[in-house]
Amino acid sequence: MFWYTIKRLLQGVLTVWFIATATFIGMHNVPGDPLSGERATNATIRANLEARYGLDRPVTEQYFIYMGNMLRGDFGISYTQQNREVNDIIREHFPVSATLGILAVLFAALGGILFGALTALFRNRLPDYIIMFLVIFGISVPSFVLAALSQLSLVNMNSALGFSLLPVAGWGTVSHMLLPALVLGLGTMAYMTRLMRSSMLEVMSSDYIRTAKAKGLSPTRIFSRHQLRNAVLPVITVLGPAIAAITTGGFVVELVFAIPGLGRYFVQAVQQLDYTVIMGTTVFYGAFLVFMVILVDLVYGWIDPRVRLQ
Amino acid sequence: MENNPIIRRLRPADFEPLSAQASAPMLVRPSRSYWQDAWGRLKSNKRALVSLYLIIGLLLFTFVGPLVWRVDPALQDIDQISIAPGADRSAIVVDPFVAWDGVSIDEGYQGDSGLSLTGNPTTQSVKLRWNAMPSASGYRVYRNNYPTQNLAALGLPLLQINNTRQMFYEDRLDLRPQTYYYSIAALNESGQLTGEYESVEADVVRVITVNEVRARNLSDNPDALQQGDQVRLSFHPLGTDYLGRDMLSRLMAGARVSLFIGLLAPLFFVAAGVLYGATSGFVGGRVDALMMRFADFVVALPFLLFMILFQVVFGIGPGESGIVPMLIALIILSWPATARLVRGQILQIREEAYVSAARLLGASQNYLILRHMIPNTLGVILVTLTFAVPAAIFTEAFLSFIGMGVAPPTASWGSMCNEGLKTMLTHPHELIFPAAMISITVLAFNLLGDGLRDALDAKMRSTE
Repeated sequence: MFWYTIKRLLQGVLTVWFIATATFIGMHNVPGDPLSGERATNATIRANLEARYGLDRPVTEQYFIYMGNMLRGDFGISYTQQNREVNDIIREHFPVSATLGILAVLFAALGGILFGALTALFRNRLPDYIIMFLVIFGISVPSFVLAALSQLSLVNMNSALGFSLLPVAGWGTVSHMLLPALVLGLGTMAYMTRLMRSSMLEVMSSDYIRTAKAKGLSPTRIFSRHQLRNAVLPVITVLGPAIAAITTGGFVVELVFAIPGLGRYFVQAVQQLDYTVIMGTTVFYGAFLVFMVILVDLVYGWIDPRVRLQ
Repeated sequence: MENNPIIRRLRPADFEPLSAQASAPMLVRPSRSYWQDAWGRLKSNKRALVSLYLIIGLLLFTFVGPLVWRVDPALQDIDQISIAPGADRSAIVVDPFVAWDGVSIDEGYQGDSGLSLTGNPTTQSVKLRWNAMPSASGYRVYRNNYPTQNLAALGLPLLQINNTRQMFYEDRLDLRPQTYYYSIAALNESGQLTGEYESVEADVVRVITVNEVRARNLSDNPDALQQGDQVRLSFHPLGTDYLGRDMLSRLMAGARVSLFIGLLAPLFFVAAGVLYGATSGFVGGRVDALMMRFADFVVALPFLLFMILFQVVFGIGPGESGIVPMLIALIILSWPATARLVRGQILQIREEAYVSAARLLGASQNYLILRHMIPNTLGVILVTLTFAVPAAIFTEAFLSFIGMGVAPPTASWGSMCNEGLKTMLTHPHELIFPAAMISITVLAFNLLGDGLRDALDAKMRSTE
């Protein structure tokens, strides 16, 4: 387990290094340069700025400066927003995205486990059919469509009721978070429901459940102690990809619901070609996702001893 | 022993040998190949069949649709902007516009209806006139889409008049066939509202001049048209978008983009993955380990993040649609999953007893590949391909939605959703149609994938 952890962490660092390098190379090949805007018209000012930011140096040297800064956790200054460092943007807006993301993952995991267990228990009966029908929809409808349509129906519902059931957009209170988190988590929830259902069905037909029944254990005890705990394991494995899906899905959900999260900033930076912000947030998101996946794998190995043997 | 009934019933004829024909085992049903069997299973799956019909319908919509509905998706119908499907499209023929000279102060008084309309309000112009207000040393004209209720909500200010000589106004600003609520508010010397105001309701009628009818080819015989005749504007079955472009033809153009990316990208990256995975699996050893380490590395890259990065780096030049860079980026980032799958399959099949048996019988390597490896991995590859299609369509829509995909004016369902989002509250059809198209397409391919998986591979069959 120890060497496995070390190996995975080293792999993660290598991946993040590759992401940072690819971002650097990519951004260097984008037509135009950061100083070609309206800021530096005078040749001397331009030369001064280039010297200040090291843009007159060879590319390899710039690369080492960039990597050095990144190692120190300095992502540079925004090109389009005055007096804003990329670090400030991340520090200010990532907590918002993280709150939304954690809530969405919670929705997805709890809902997925609950509905998956329900469909397995009511297999081939009405609740199973209804939930599985909704699951297919949840998997097929992209988060941005869901976000827009749910916002539209909320507006109509609010105006029909004559009072505001939930706020339509914005951020601040718990009521602001509910709908976006639900929308963000729904696709993953549908996926997890499906997974939980098949894993429950597999567990229900296994020998140890028959043994438990033969021992005379009560159905609730069999369900809670044997079925649920064993069936949940495969669901944990998809938590890593789920976090990735929810993080990137957050880009558009934040955009639609006007939530001041890092995802919305990232999309705006991409649209405005704010290079330092794109580079900084890409590397930050990349590192976040890579290490989240590793963390989930390690947790899974810790929970399920069979995995540890590999 | 003689008492045994069976022995007593035996005749010498029972010991005669049977003819060869009678002893051959009877085939109860005709023999079916793997693919016939799979097709039979797929046909009996109602959901998969429905999804297959949906996909055929989608293909017809994409490729036959533009032949039937020949409207340029980039053409703007400026008479009908953001028109909902089924909206009234009649227009009354009027004379060309002539500026209104207004009314003189003497003529202005007309009883106690403070603000009134002169002539019929049309999309050409709305003519307002009003009586002098006691507190006024100037006026401000407002227009609102909703009934005015108080001084704070008079609507959009159209004009401020700093004297009391002009008491008329002709509105020509972006008029639509709807009900407007005009207000006139009195101003004091310093230009502040005095609190006195008058409102009037104007039901604006859509009008068109003969020249416009001729230019847009709306009537067979434009010269015979007279003032007051009714013509019907061009037909938009699904309405128009915020620039007056036909929604149906845009949805068809968007379908072309979605299917182009959705079918080509999976085809290419699955082919690349199969080649890579099969090579890795066959060669084995250190090369295999190295190749798979590289594939693992590409898998670990955050997919959508890199797609966005690719789109930024490639950039979209003027006149380009940005479809090809997206295709390349999708292929570069998506092949390893298939490669891993195919390699696993190859390694597994290599150890199967029937392969060993074939090898023992002296089968050549080529025979093994053609006869055993390929047919046995084809099912898995086909299923992967089907599931890759909705994923690619989703990626295209997602990128276009955030403005990093297909560049305007090329229509894409994702960018149409993004545009529809801005007018969602007043014209929801601009959002709902492309959103429905994306969802139905992704749904159909997902269901087909489920059906194919159940039909082709017993091991992957979902527990249902």
